[in-house]
Amino acid sequence: MTQGATKTSSSAPPGAAGSPISGVGQPRDRSYDVIVVGGGHNGLVCAAYLAKAGKKVLVLERRHVLGGAAVSEQVFPGFTFSVCSYVVSLFRPHIIRELGLVDHGFHVIPLDCSFLPLPDGRSLARFGDYARTRREIAQFSPRDAEVYPEFGLAMSKLARFSKHVIDHPPPEPTSLAPRELLQLLRLGRGYQALDRDVRYLNLKLLTMSAADFLDEWFESEVLKGPMSVSGIIGTMLGVRSPGTAYVLLHHYMGEIDGAFRAWGFSKGGTGAVSYAIAAAARGFGVEIVTEATVDHVRITSGRATGVVLESGNEITAKAVVSGCDPHRTYFGLIGEQHLEPELVGQLRRYKLRGSSGKVNLAVDRLPDFTCRPGPGPHLEGDIAIVPNVDYVERAYDEAKYGAFSSRPYLNVVIPSLVDPTVAPPGKHVISCFVQYAPYDLEGGPERWPRQREAFGDTVVDTLAEYCPGLKESILHRQVLTPWDLEHEFGLTEGNIFHGELSLEQLLFQRPMAGWARYRTPIRNMWMCSSGTHPGGGIMGAPGELAAKAMLKAGAA
Amino acid sequence: MPIPTPFHPRTAALCTSMFWKEWAGYHAVRSYDVSHEREYFALRNGAGVLDVSPLHKYELRGPGAADLLSRITVRDIRKLRVGRVTYLCWCNDDGKILDDGTVSRLDDQHFRLTAAEPTFAWLHRFTGPHDVTIEDSSERLAALAIQGPTSRDALARICDAPLHRLPFFGVTRARLQEVDVWISRTGYTGDLGYEIWVDREHALTVWDAIMAVGLDHRVLPLGLDALDVARIEAGFIMNGVDYWGAHHCLVPSRQSTPYELGLGWTVNLDREPFVGQAALRAERARGPAWATVGLRYDWDEYEALFARFGLPPHVPLAAWRDGVPVYGSDGRQVGRATSGAWSPLLKANLALASVRPEHAALGTRLRIEVTVEYERHQISAIVSKTPFFNPERKRSA
Ligand SMILES: Cc1cc2nc3c(=O)[nH]c(=O)nc-3n(C[C@H](O)[C@H](O)[C@H](O)COP(=O)(O)OP(=O)(O)OC[C@H]3O[C@@H](n4cnc5c(N)ncnc54)[C@H](O)[C@@H]3O)c2cc1C
Repeated sequence: MTQGATKTSSSAPPGAAGSPISGVGQPRDRSYDVIVVGGGHNGLVCAAYLAKAGKKVLVLERRHVLGGAAVSEQVFPGFTFSVCSYVVSLFRPHIIRELGLVDHGFHVIPLDCSFLPLPDGRSLARFGDYARTRREIAQFSPRDAEVYPEFGLAMSKLARFSKHVIDHPPPEPTSLAPRELLQLLRLGRGYQALDRDVRYLNLKLLTMSAADFLDEWFESEVLKGPMSVSGIIGTMLGVRSPGTAYVLLHHYMGEIDGAFRAWGFSKGGTGAVSYAIAAAARGFGVEIVTEATVDHVRITSGRATGVVLESGNEITAKAVVSGCDPHRTYFGLIGEQHLEPELVGQLRRYKLRGSSGKVNLAVDRLPDFTCRPGPGPHLEGDIAIVPNVDYVERAYDEAKYGAFSSRPYLNVVIPSLVDPTVAPPGKHVISCFVQYAPYDLEGGPERWPRQREAFGDTVVDTLAEYCPGLKESILHRQVLTPWDLEHEFGLTEGNIFHGELSLEQLLFQRPMAGWARYRTPIRNMWMCSSGTHPGGGIMGAPGELAAKAMLKAGAA
Repeated sequence: MPIPTPFHPRTAALCTSMFWKEWAGYHAVRSYDVSHEREYFALRNGAGVLDVSPLHKYELRGPGAADLLSRITVRDIRKLRVGRVTYLCWCNDDGKILDDGTVSRLDDQHFRLTAAEPTFAWLHRFTGPHDVTIEDSSERLAALAIQGPTSRDALARICDAPLHRLPFFGVTRARLQEVDVWISRTGYTGDLGYEIWVDREHALTVWDAIMAVGLDHRVLPLGLDALDVARIEAGFIMNGVDYWGAHHCLVPSRQSTPYELGLGWTVNLDREPFVGQAALRAERARGPAWATVGLRYDWDEYEALFARFGLPPHVPLAAWRDGVPVYGSDGRQVGRATSGAWSPLLKANLALASVRPEHAALGTRLRIEVTVEYERHQISAIVSKTPFFNPERKRSA
């Protein structure tokens, strides 16, 4: 019934028009303008932009499917899993337009509800319907019910400011070059344009913990539970750890894109986003090859000249861009011997520390929640298992000392409810994002494979406490531990975002101070992954900004 | 997903048009018939009965209630006499309006606040030293407005209150068919009219009692579409239409102040500190950036414009609330009309507008956008006194 690391048959998810993959194992030519290492969504975006500008581009992907962590696979016949990422949130609307992705199958179905079942039989469902949400929250606190939209507005104002930040390369505050100063000035202006109270809010957001920050607004622990967890996704921090408040903002940024409604389920799973990008890239002339692992980048006198495949084949290029995480890029593709010791030290301090896992279920019926029986719109959005703030802090406590949480925070979605293409009629796909699952298990990460089933059981048991018939309904279970994320998906230490999105690893420090503009110390070697500004998530921004930086620099 | 109000069993049975809308989370009738015309004329000639239960209602009780209300609204509520109601608004620290509503002094230490938006949290934020309890009575109390020239006669037949002695903006306790109610002489139609406040379990008793005598007084159930026309005639601005509460504004330019909205008369500035006072004081000294005015379209130009297309002048049946630009005589935009309606009573095309103060003097000729056959044009609109419609009976004994 259970399977850990994935080996599957099918590649193109439903919804993707034809396969955009041009070859397996071996590219057609021996020489390109640009080689993109890794067919994650960022690598594909980067390739598409470069090809659109006329470059001859090759994408080399290690796996048999495209998408990296934005991937759809039929792990069990008839059921398409969004194996890793499961909702599209921050994908940049201008990339959709500029690459014409809608014509290639990009289709996002908005999420309307956030549902919180509670062990005591109560529950909270937050909808787009303002009055309905107010009534729902008022069960727990009439005051919070009214503060909630006010909070939303304040966060939206800040998120508008952040949008400036994520749609441009990171500023370089130590430089006095006029262009840099201008950019800082532009940011400063955006900041000044914020209301006074919103500016204060921003300072708090940058320094406080998610829980403390929410305490300033809300009184209900039940409401604060699901709200606080958006501050810790993908980090090895707790909701009471300072600095986690900032990540709350990400939740509101998706809404800012307004009419684009970028927050939702990708039809056919998140892999369909990758396939839409790949198809667009193919349309611009990109060559995409799967099952082609790059062993290392060929570096000749401090300069990247191409790549060497694991098969031993060598392909040359005027520029190489890595769509892998910083650790793999520098220690794997480039190699420590080509790097200054000081830089190696910085890289070793870059925090990856994976803290999450994923359990995907194929079930023969819809789960039935004791607190709200039957089907309904409350099941159509995301379902959070986090009854209060203490619950998730306790889950963190266990993880701190090297155990996975015995009662973890779960973020559950049932995409098959709104997208019938991913499961047979009447059957469903349940995706459970799980935190905490610390990469550094007590006794070492290599103990994970032996803990995999126990971890899967914990997740299913946790969810089954809220929907009793769950276990009997399971046809197939896929469990991904941080170890699997590392070994199967190439995410070092299993970090879902290529490095924590904590403040000291963002902007001009992502991945390292001095090398945050998609360049590396190796000439003609670039980066375009979530490990660069503005970071992780299915966003496309690192890929786009990297391509634009390369084109501007005349690379290739 | 809206929920029913306490009157729903009656309104739903009558609403054969199935024209509903959502109002503050409740089902509300837009018009009982496919057109609201019959209801509108009943309102201006007989009376209309309107379910206003979705209004947010708060009971403030205790020795500190008057102080609290004085601290967070623009009015010095301590001066409000028992048995009287006052219209007012409240602002944030920057003097930007959050909402408008009424306060009734039901007793020395019992006040009722009505609001368009949920205000419970806002009230709580300022309780501090005040000895006051706040009850959100929105669910507990049903509210029914009976408005129009025959409203007093109809109501007098079913309740024991001496209505002819209840002044405009007065409020009194009364017995209505063995049910305890509060009756206030208030409303949103600019006409003679009352609002009845009753515990929800007695809501249908009140409805049925009114309807039982209704036929004698041309009383009809009234929906929001007819009300919308009436409130324009009365010159009443509306939250979420003619202005936005500051808590809903993503950009500062969307926010308004009481002075900009023509609500300066509600502001008691010179007294102990209240929320927004400093900012309002500065604004009074400086003068507001906008003025809210009434506009009447120039009928001759309107008719002539339609004639150019071979059409008779067409007036919209319903009130509109998607704004149109307003220009000065030099063709530059000086503001926007935020809502408007054809007044079947006044035979005039009316609008409420927000314009730069130098264009706000009565009689000023502005230009307003009118779309005919998918083409945009401009015609004159004259800054006019509001209320456009202000019958003697509204205030008379
Ligand atoms: C479990 C999980 C849940 C998540 N949930 C969400 C979510 O709901 N919403 C959201 O927005 N984000 C989510 N994320 C984060 C998001 O998926 C990632 O940040 C994003 O997909 C990373 O994209 P990328 O292109 O930068 O890198 P990746 O997707 O990591 O792509 C890197 C690619 O490089 C390939 N590669 C590695 N080494 C080599 C080599 N030597 N040769 C050739 N190819 C190589 C890999 O196979 C991979 O395809 C989640 C991530 C995980 C793991």
